[in-house]
Amino acid sequence: MSYTLDRLVYTVNQIARNLAREHDPEAAVADHVAKFWDPRMRTLMFDHLAAGGKGLDPLAKAALRRLASARIGGLDAG
Amino acid sequence: MGYEPQADFGTPASRASGTVTLTIDGYDVTVAAGTTVMRAAAEAGLAIPKLCATDSLKQFGSCRLCLVEIDGVRGTPASCTLPVAEGMAVRTRSDQVDRLRRNVMELYLTDHPADCTACAEGDCEVAAMAATVGLEAIRYAPGENHLCEDIDRSNPYFDFDPAKCIVCSRCVRACDEVQGTFALTIDGRGFASKVSAGLPSDDFLTSECVSCGACVQACPTGALQERTVKELGMPESATVTTCGYCGVGCTFRAEMKGEQLIRMVPWKDGKANRGHSCVKGRFAWGYANHKERILNPMVRASIDEPWREVSWEEALAHAASELKRIQATYGRLSIGGITSSRCTNEETFLVQKLVRAGFSNNNVDTCARVCHSPTGYGLKTTFGTSAGTQDFDSVDQADVVMVIGANPTDGHPVFASRLKQRLRQGAKLIVADPRRIDLVRAPHIEAAYHLPLRPGTNVAVLTAMAHVIVTEGLADEAFIRDRCDWNEYREWAEFVGDPRHSPEALAPVTLVEPDALRGAARLYATGGNAAIYYGLGVTEHSQGSSTVMAIANLAMATGNIGKPGVGVNPLRGQNNVQGSCDMGSFPHELSGYRHISDASLRRMFEDDWGVPLDPEPGLRINNMLDAAVDGVFKALYIQGEDILQSDPNTKHVAAGLAAMECVIVHDLFLNETANYAHIFLPGSTFLEKNGTFTNAERRIQPVRRVMTPLNGFEDWEVTQELANALGLGWSYTHPSQIMDEIARLTPTFAGVSFAKLDELGSVQWPCNDAMPEGTPVMHINGFVRGKGRFVVTDYIPTDEKTGPRFPLLLTTGRILSQYNVGAQTRRTANTVWHPEDLLEIHPHDAEERGLREGDWARLASRAGETTLRVTVTDRVAPGVVYTTFHHPATQANVVTTEYSDWATSCPEYKVTAVQVSPSNGPSDWQESYEALTEQSRRIAGVEAAE
Repeated sequence: MSYTLDRLVYTVNQIARNLAREHDPEAAVADHVAKFWDPRMRTLMFDHLAAGGKGLDPLAKAALRRLASARIGGLDAG
Repeated sequence: MGYEPQADFGTPASRASGTVTLTIDGYDVTVAAGTTVMRAAAEAGLAIPKLCATDSLKQFGSCRLCLVEIDGVRGTPASCTLPVAEGMAVRTRSDQVDRLRRNVMELYLTDHPADCTACAEGDCEVAAMAATVGLEAIRYAPGENHLCEDIDRSNPYFDFDPAKCIVCSRCVRACDEVQGTFALTIDGRGFASKVSAGLPSDDFLTSECVSCGACVQACPTGALQERTVKELGMPESATVTTCGYCGVGCTFRAEMKGEQLIRMVPWKDGKANRGHSCVKGRFAWGYANHKERILNPMVRASIDEPWREVSWEEALAHAASELKRIQATYGRLSIGGITSSRCTNEETFLVQKLVRAGFSNNNVDTCARVCHSPTGYGLKTTFGTSAGTQDFDSVDQADVVMVIGANPTDGHPVFASRLKQRLRQGAKLIVADPRRIDLVRAPHIEAAYHLPLRPGTNVAVLTAMAHVIVTEGLADEAFIRDRCDWNEYREWAEFVGDPRHSPEALAPVTLVEPDALRGAARLYATGGNAAIYYGLGVTEHSQGSSTVMAIANLAMATGNIGKPGVGVNPLRGQNNVQGSCDMGSFPHELSGYRHISDASLRRMFEDDWGVPLDPEPGLRINNMLDAAVDGVFKALYIQGEDILQSDPNTKHVAAGLAAMECVIVHDLFLNETANYAHIFLPGSTFLEKNGTFTNAERRIQPVRRVMTPLNGFEDWEVTQELANALGLGWSYTHPSQIMDEIARLTPTFAGVSFAKLDELGSVQWPCNDAMPEGTPVMHINGFVRGKGRFVVTDYIPTDEKTGPRFPLLLTTGRILSQYNVGAQTRRTANTVWHPEDLLEIHPHDAEERGLREGDWARLASRAGETTLRVTVTDRVAPGVVYTTFHHPATQANVVTTEYSDWATSCPEYKVTAVQVSPSNGPSDWQESYEALTEQSRRIAGVEAAE
């Protein structure tokens, strides 16, 4: 993994750990990434997810999957 | 505009309610009950002679010059200590009073230099008072006196001349009452009495004096006088402006002689500082004229080349051309900008506008990223707005003050003085900090509890405090039911109430003694008005945002929100951190903390600016650097920030900057970041520009131009010219027009204008139709978000762990005399107090490593290593080391890592696993960096500055 991808995987996992106690943690993580990450960073993660999502925690993976499908559905407005 | 000193009413204003009417010299005068006769007379325009009295200090009654007569009262009482009474009839003049005053002045003059230059210039009240009382000649023959005593010239900014001293104690009382350092005393008795700094062997420099200047301001004679006044003469005009250093936002009178700044005198009417100052704002402004300031634009094709001075036209055209070329080559998102927390609101607003409207993306960020971005996130989530809740005056009504992760005496010294005043009045103090900061035990102050937590465990400590409050039934349920979401509170209470969150259970993690933690929690919850003040020791962690929310939880749970004396108070680092955040400097939001994805909001800005806006959030600083290393981010405009020195993991920052094709640095000096720059645009100081700063209490204050910019332009003008070189067609002619635009587009600023600031002096946002004169205390009748939100903040340890290779925890901070990366203060005489960064290490850790005081040590982490000298002290706990980051020669951030706050990417400066070992001198990095710097600062045809 590149330095950036490595950092992004670490960061989204960190976000997931800190939002794990939200009522809908998957939505909370997805919302956080949509609100604060620029499109290229999100795309890097979606591509990484599509390639198997190595290193991603389950919650992070689920949130990114949810965000990716929302994007495909045109809902990724943050 | 002539020079008038600030009015001095002799004694402080009374805070009592009700009024009293008396007659003074036959005039009816109505004043607040409790007012002294001296002040009542001064308020009525009937000044009574005085020397030992000044309105910043309690009445003293020493000089006997202010004697008056009162009908029906025997003798001649001192008006400075005499409170007014209903119907009192005061005579400020009579034959007897006049004679007594002349006698007093005659005695003073027998021991005062006949050739006192300060008297001649009007900076010494002795001659003025002699004239006022009508003294024409001295009857006494010359006798024993103090006229030949040595002048103490040890302080770089002021002298103490005992010959001019009248031993009125104003300096001693100012040091005690205002500053709270108690460095001065009157040594000896009777004729031998003299002002003494510290021990007899001390001078002002070696004493505990912190050079705040309170004594100089209080001195009625020329005994304590600024060196600049001696060298350049008295000022001829004065303009009130706002300090360019920390987030306290002190206002000063810039006292001028033409375009020459003579001295900065704290403004008594300043609502943030109430007439006080620190060594930086008061004295450390010499950098404005420092020989290393760059005054001409410069360009170079590559960072290996020397700089070439060019015209502004050429520099701006080149910058615009490069930005356009890079966007055409690498795409719209390949460039960005960084706004400065040192620049004005108006300048910051323009930089973010340049990025959004000119670069057509949202790649804008600000130095708040690396300090208080978690405050924005945490307080917006819990309360609904990204700002502290109180004004500084609020501390006067606090009964309990908890300071966590802040060192106010060094970082926010003027607020610290106000805090210490309240603590000396009896308020209780809780300090949660890994170090035994000065507040823990200061003259006449001792913290009720010091919780010396392990760095990185703030959330655990706050959760344990919440556990005590909830399980011992100390929560304010009425407040919570009324003001907060009850269900969220119940969930939170259940979480913190779990036995695994008790102080005892968490002690192995926090290293805080459970009884102390329980005591602190009980005190906070039950001690009356309880206020929390915090700093970067809260935010600069991997759980910075969580800690801010945990603090907000505690305040809500105990009802300590929405009234004076309580609240959640972030102590902002730089002068305009609050403002730069307010102005829309973050990549995801427009001014007023509104998300860029909001279509109707964007439309409002698009209509105003006439350009479409990108709906997607942009890159944060760290993301820009990552993208640069990846080869997709190629140009950066940086106004007033030195990211190479201030941001973590210096090597990565350097790699990111080196990977860019166009780095534009807009600054006063060739800072460290400029080593990697291709275009340098000279900046202007806070003395050379108009605008506003917003301090830590949301107070918007005027910044006024008192001298012509040496570089020719205020910074907003440079940004405008760059925008126009890109074809944006901006036409602001004064920063007030920018503020009008901010007000037009930002509901919390809707009522702000330069005219209002001129009228009121300052306003605290929100300032709008509902609160036309601003909002000193927020959330009084409800939270901005509606119901206050309790957020469960689970303690998640940082991944930065100690181990065999790196067994110590490094935490970083600042020192009183230096500011941030030191670019300004290192270019002043403040270096006399802090010429280099030192590593604080506990005696046990030092002994284990064979290190003694002053030894060179190698400080290494997995990110990098540097060397610096050690100071051995038990201020730090065993296992913890501490240093500052003021000097580029040390480059403390070579050592800090890329770990950061989960929500905001604020770097985890406060926790780095390190090893410390003896060293012979600078590391390889330091030596190669020094060579790089030397090479990078070459200017073709210009001899290098020293």
